Amino acid sequence: MEKAMTLVPLSESDKELLSKIETEAGTNINLCYQCGKCSAGCPAAFAMDYKPREVIRLLQLNMLDEALDAESIWICASCETCSARCPKGVDIASLMDALRREALKQGRITDKKVAHFNKAFLTSVKLFGKTYEAGILLYHNAATFQPFKDAGLGLPMMKRGKVGILPERIKGRDEIKKIFQRVEDLGGE
Amino acid sequence: MSKIKLAYYPGCSLGSSGIEYHLSTKKTAELLGVELEELEDWNCCGATSAHNTNKLLSLALPARNLAIAEKTGLDILAPCAACYNRFRNTEHAVREDVKVKEQIEQVIDMDYEASNKTISVLEWLAGEVGLDKIKDKVTNSLQGMKAASYYGCLLVRPSEQTGFDDVEDPQSMDNIIETLGATSVDWSYKSECCGAALATSRPEIGNKMIYSILKNAKESGAECIVTACPLCMMNLDMRQAGAEKAFQEKFDMPIYYITELVAIAAGETPNSLGVNKHFVEANSYLDKIKQDQEKAAVVEVEEKEEMSPEELEKKMNAMIKGLEKNPERMALRIIEDEARAAVLAEIIVQDEKKTSKIAELMITDREKAIKVAEAFVTGELRKREKAANQ
Repeated sequence: MEKAMTLVPLSESDKELLSKIETEAGTNINLCYQCGKCSAGCPAAFAMDYKPREVIRLLQLNMLDEALDAESIWICASCETCSARCPKGVDIASLMDALRREALKQGRITDKKVAHFNKAFLTSVKLFGKTYEAGILLYHNAATFQPFKDAGLGLPMMKRGKVGILPERIKGRDEIKKIFQRVEDLGGE
Repeated sequence: MSKIKLAYYPGCSLGSSGIEYHLSTKKTAELLGVELEELEDWNCCGATSAHNTNKLLSLALPARNLAIAEKTGLDILAPCAACYNRFRNTEHAVREDVKVKEQIEQVIDMDYEASNKTISVLEWLAGEVGLDKIKDKVTNSLQGMKAASYYGCLLVRPSEQTGFDDVEDPQSMDNIIETLGATSVDWSYKSECCGAALATSRPEIGNKMIYSILKNAKESGAECIVTACPLCMMNLDMRQAGAEKAFQEKFDMPIYYITELVAIAAGETPNSLGVNKHFVEANSYLDKIKQDQEKAAVVEVEEKEEMSPEELEKKMNAMIKGLEKNPERMALRIIEDEARAAVLAEIIVQDEKKTSKIAELMITDREKAIKVAEAFVTGELRKREKAANQ
């Protein structure tokens, strides 16, 4: 009975948070009857600590902290197979998205590599208006202390004209910066 | 009815790692008589990183592009599956929720009504242009190619936003491939996820996803995989060697963009489309199917030449008559050496059996006829020599 635990009702603030997550995801977790179809079809489930079905179960059992700390939400590749197959129409992929965003907001990131990748990607968009693949890879490698990751691919990519030495920049960079700024003002993230 | 002009949103990948997709999409449009007008000063759609980070940002980044396109009044062609997916998602959100629409307009500081729509390459080719029109352009059939059509995740999901094909067993790419003359194999991983950015951020997970797709394609009899997404291409092509190494299994599986195959079947050279830029060598498979087609054509001609026994007899009788009528001249046609040809002429006059043998071979196998005639002459000369010595 080592794993036994006492389930407690959600505090008011957590109730609010759970409801916010559901609203953002546009889905209702209580529709899920735990059939497991989402997890059987998930191409990344083999690497997850909690399968998609279990993540929903955590939420149903008010175990919000466990759900936000699950590595699974960072392993999810957003392929939406789960949402397409759910017989009850639960949008699991969207729920994963909402959980990731909430975890990011709270600074509780179980998988820093994925979060670093996203940050590198969006930094490039914010600066140039476009992504700069070489820059993203270098930034990602530096942030995750893997200086030589994918180093063998750099030269062959350059030879094929598949990566520029310098980033391309759009004219409307200011507009893009403003978009990021306004989103931050509105969403607080 | 196919539109003759579309706004074109290449997205970031098509300017770098997916350059072949850019080249082949533009060439395919040209071949099909569709004008693509690149969207003015477009920005990145934000892809998965944006919707992983902030929902409003994930809608606003595509919305700026969509609003620019809306001013042109054109529908948008977005070849990259990720961009397409984000654009469709944004259109959907704006149409469904007026509050979201207003918030987006405020963030991008532009009006946006979602009056136009974004289409994918598959929707464009199989739906708008149509298979008949593509068929008309095929001058270089891909007959003999065994291809697995790989749709990946973002082109067909979620179905209420994409909706142009079946979510579990899509067919549009299979139909295009068959129209080009190739065989599309039936396989179970056509809409599985390649892992997208996991190959970069978590390679141990990404490699397994890539490996499973390659493995299932091979086991289903595919000799190549066809994609309509630059991220799938990057993972299956550029990272194929990594997956092979991780799982100790060699595939050497060429990967093509669907637009490359359309343009090649319409007569374009593979390298003008960037096929030589692939990481897994992809030209020799195209050469191989061409060689196989040529070989099959030769066999077909030979089979046609195989005649009925009556026909053979008729031709043989005519040949025997010809040989007997003018043995000297006929003999010279078989054997160049005049002295030996004269001996052959004598054999033709004297030996009916040998003459009919030569006649038969002259019809069915000329080279063999020459060899046999030479042997007859050699035999005859030896016989004469023996007689002279006695």
